[in-house]
Amino acid sequence: MESSMRITVNGQDFAVPAGTTIAELLVQLDIAQTAVAVELNLEVQPKTAFTERTLHPDDRVEIVTLVGGG
Amino acid sequence: MMESGVFLEREALADPLHIGSQTLHERLILGTGKYASFEQMAESFKVVAAECVTIAVRREKLHDSSGRNILDYLDLERTILLPNTSGCYDAETALRCARMGREILRGLENPGSEWVKLEVLGSSRSLMPDVMETLKATRELVKDGFEVLCYTNDDPVMAQRLKEAGAASVMPAGSPIGSGLGIVNPNNLQMIVEDLKQGDPDYPVIVDAGVGTASDAAIAMELGADAVLLNTSVARAEDPVKMALAMDFAVRAGRLAYQAGRIKKSKYASASSPEHGLIADRPARP
Repeated sequence: MESSMRITVNGQDFAVPAGTTIAELLVQLDIAQTAVAVELNLEVQPKTAFTERTLHPDDRVEIVTLVGGG
Repeated sequence: MMESGVFLEREALADPLHIGSQTLHERLILGTGKYASFEQMAESFKVVAAECVTIAVRREKLHDSSGRNILDYLDLERTILLPNTSGCYDAETALRCARMGREILRGLENPGSEWVKLEVLGSSRSLMPDVMETLKATRELVKDGFEVLCYTNDDPVMAQRLKEAGAASVMPAGSPIGSGLGIVNPNNLQMIVEDLKQGDPDYPVIVDAGVGTASDAAIAMELGADAVLLNTSVARAEDPVKMALAMDFAVRAGRLAYQAGRIKKSKYASASSPEHGLIADRPARP
């Protein structure tokens, strides 16, 4: 059985398979990569890191996009 | 000849505005928030050929990805996005927000990726800036390579401090965000314009927030602001498309009036018709 781990995404508790990459997390959440930025433990991740960086237990992930604002 | 007719050539009116490494040709900067629909927003931008619009950074919804994206309603080929740090209450959060906005815009290859409208708030009721945190964030962002357009209050000393910290533009509020109160302290705005442009006439000062209707935007420009940034007054007007157009005319009118140089105000009248050759004597009273 694949082991899972807890991470925090946008302030919410999530269970993901161990070894999940940022790109895989986005797929799991059904979020397109085009207009999002991902911050991992307060560090913005370049797009190149999405497939390389695997998540660790207790990682704090922020996934943001653009919305209307003044 | 058309050139000498009433229709001024676009060339003659060309009046580019340089902010950091960006050059704008339109001095009305619009926000993308609070519209009843994306369609209404797009129509309002189209009617004024909006060149630069602000945009906010927020958490992606994790359970409802069916939502439409605002980017589908912006002409990204010809619109410079100005990402903001709206809703941030400390320098640290504003820095994170700015960096995430930059990352998204880089991904979109939008020319606005390297600048940011810095907004660090101090009060959720007045939405007045926390000037201490704003100054701190400005220094950090400049160090990180950002061109910082600073939302601040209308304090001339603070404006000077932000310029010294490396802000690409200082953007005093005319009055509280979304209040529609207009330019409540025109004297302060005038001082900010004069102080920041002293020995540096092209330094851009942008009035950000408070505009309620077209005359407010015109007044801001008449006082020497280089541009006006507004959102609520258009988005929440009964007819946003018409108000966008009104704001466009107002900004142009105000800019031309500033350049033209207004007459001095005087307590008494100055007759426009000749004083000589009157067909009867005027009364002796003053």
